[in-house]
Amino acid sequence: METMQIKDEMFYPGSFSCPGCGLTMAYRHVTKVLGKNTVVVTTAGCGSVVAGYYPTTTSKLPFFHCSFGTTAATASGLKAGLDMMGKTNTHVLAWAGDGGTFDIGLQSLSGAAERNDDIIYVCYDNEAYMNTGVQRSSATPLGTLTTTTPPPALENRDKKDIIGIMAAHKIPYMATACVSYPMDLQEKIRKAKKTKGFKFIHVLIPCPTGWFFPAKDAVTVGRLAVLSRAFPLFEVIDGKEYRMNVFEEKIPVAQYLTAQGRFRQMSTDLYPRIQTDIDSRWSELMALSNKREESTS
Amino acid sequence: MKKLITGNEAAALAAKLARPQVIAAYPITPQTSIGEKLAEYTADGSLKARYIKVESETSAFAACIGGSLSGARVFTATSSQGLALMHELLHWASGARLPIVLVNVNRSMASPWSLGVDHNDTLSQRDTGCLQIYCETAQEVLDTILIAYKLAESVILPIFICMDGFLLSHYSEAVNIPDQDEVDLFLPPRDAQYFMDTNAPATFGGGVSSEALYQFRQRIQADMDNVLTEHDRICDQFYQRFGRRYTAVETIKPENQELVIITNSTMAGTVKAYIKEKGQQKGVGLIKIRFFRPFPKEALKEALKGFKKAIVIDRNLSPGSGGIFSQEIKASLYGSEDQIPIVSVIGGLGGVDVTVDHLDRLVCEVLKQKKAQPGTIWMEA
Ligand SMILES: Cc1ncc(C[n+]2csc(CCOP(=O)(O)OP(=O)(O)O)c2C)c(N)n1
Ligand code: SF4
Ligand SMILES: [Mg+2]
Repeated sequence: METMQIKDEMFYPGSFSCPGCGLTMAYRHVTKVLGKNTVVVTTAGCGSVVAGYYPTTTSKLPFFHCSFGTTAATASGLKAGLDMMGKTNTHVLAWAGDGGTFDIGLQSLSGAAERNDDIIYVCYDNEAYMNTGVQRSSATPLGTLTTTTPPPALENRDKKDIIGIMAAHKIPYMATACVSYPMDLQEKIRKAKKTKGFKFIHVLIPCPTGWFFPAKDAVTVGRLAVLSRAFPLFEVIDGKEYRMNVFEEKIPVAQYLTAQGRFRQMSTDLYPRIQTDIDSRWSELMALSNKREESTS
Repeated sequence: MKKLITGNEAAALAAKLARPQVIAAYPITPQTSIGEKLAEYTADGSLKARYIKVESETSAFAACIGGSLSGARVFTATSSQGLALMHELLHWASGARLPIVLVNVNRSMASPWSLGVDHNDTLSQRDTGCLQIYCETAQEVLDTILIAYKLAESVILPIFICMDGFLLSHYSEAVNIPDQDEVDLFLPPRDAQYFMDTNAPATFGGGVSSEALYQFRQRIQADMDNVLTEHDRICDQFYQRFGRRYTAVETIKPENQELVIITNSTMAGTVKAYIKEKGQQKGVGLIKIRFFRPFPKEALKEALKGFKKAIVIDRNLSPGSGGIFSQEIKASLYGSEDQIPIVSVIGGLGGVDVTVDHLDRLVCEVLKQKKAQPGTIWMEA
């Protein structure tokens, strides 16, 4: 089994996250790879709470809390300033939730991506507005229970295709990742670190509090998301070259859905539709990456 | 060197002379030509700056916040709706103590939309913690931007330099343009005390307790209280180097001090013309208020000394209340010993012309009145 040494942490222990939070794990891996010569911009959301409360902080890196929805633009300005100050090697990490990315931050994200500003934008996706008490976002999947999609009016739209939107910006590097696959996440951040221009990393982070599963199961639930192909892992180079992570194991999506309380209100009549959608999305991605089903990673 | 230039050209030239390293701006009439000029300067290399061509004013100001956090000097310019769109970010910037310099070319707020000038755009940002200075001439715009950088970086707060749309932004005047060498001596590069430094990592702008927030607010107020003294000090340096003097409040006192008109921006220019033509004989003076935040209470009290009556002309409206300068002035004088009657007048909204004749009719009317008319008088339009 591959092992990983946890050293050179950029994140102090003792954060305010809920037990078993996928977000803190993801942040640790990302900042560990980026290293000391990095500055971080984050926006409203669990990310800003986890970052600590004055006069304490969990960040060993220079860290700025920006207004909700301006993460990308703030990061662009910061990068421009650092370049002009001669600090051209400093990495700028923009760190925002699904709400801060898919919704209120989409405009400034699109602006920075279109300009190909040299920043690493990581969207940590817990598929709802968790910090304000689990309201739906446009990243919330079909059939989800949130405080603004109470039964019988469960979420009735599919998750927004943020990858399609970002691929259309033809940015040099983008990838999806899941905190349950930390080596893969780290590898993708390493690639992002080496690439000039705008980088977009979409990380699924299981959230015990908002998805209603036991804190100890965060990693397991993330694996179920990936293995059921509800959250496929892949990279897109220059908006056109798709590279899939293909796992031999494939599980029915029902296994992923039933592992979480947030889907418990959904009628099982919807399962076949969700499975069909996942299968066709998978075929689409495989076709885009010129891969055939039997190949493995 | 003296050149015939517009207010907007003066603003762009001043920005260039100040050597900002990051510029982020989004076009809106009547500010547009400032952004275009700066694009020209950065394109031809005469200004070494990164110009971020953002997709909105929200992002323009957010990028300025990011730029400023790196320790760099930043610049932006906007008007009316654009400034309104920045509103949330203005609080973020003052709270994070970032010396961002913003030129606002005043234009009325929609709806209905108009290109004409009034000051509701900047005055509705009154409580954001940004300094505000209003200019009367293109020379004043140029000089004030240079002073503003020095001031903002000294008190570590954002600042607006405001000029009237079209009346100042688009008319040409002869402007003395200082040499770059002289400006460099007056305004050296920004030496930020707090910035995002990988050698000294720190967290900025995160969650705080109620008590900590309270202390941060007290500190902003204390620093605001110091702004006008610091401004005078910087203006002395400016005067010694460039020979032009600026004060928070500019006053014209006639021999016979019957009445004073208090106003700001280009309206003060019209009042000056009126005083020269007709007002002087009638004992009419002027108090031009340059600073709106912080509000120059003491300078105002000093300037008012000896006048028997005052008219405040506001080119703005706080619906349900009246003129905003008028409120501030009355509040500043509350409780002071020698209070005089103050007549509140609204005029020039949406760029409506206010002429010397309008002013004369207003003055004659007010001089006739035994007591100050209560409420708000609307100037003829
Ligand atoms: C302009 C603005 N609107 C609303 C809010 C309130 N708010 C804070 S965090 C948040 C939701 C964050 O959701 P997401 O980005 O998904 O991050 P998460 O909390 O899930 O980590 C909202 C709506 C805000 N801070 N600013
Ligand atoms: S609500 Fe979810 S994402 Fe937020 S801190 Fe708790 S577990 Fe983490
Ligand atoms: Mg979220």
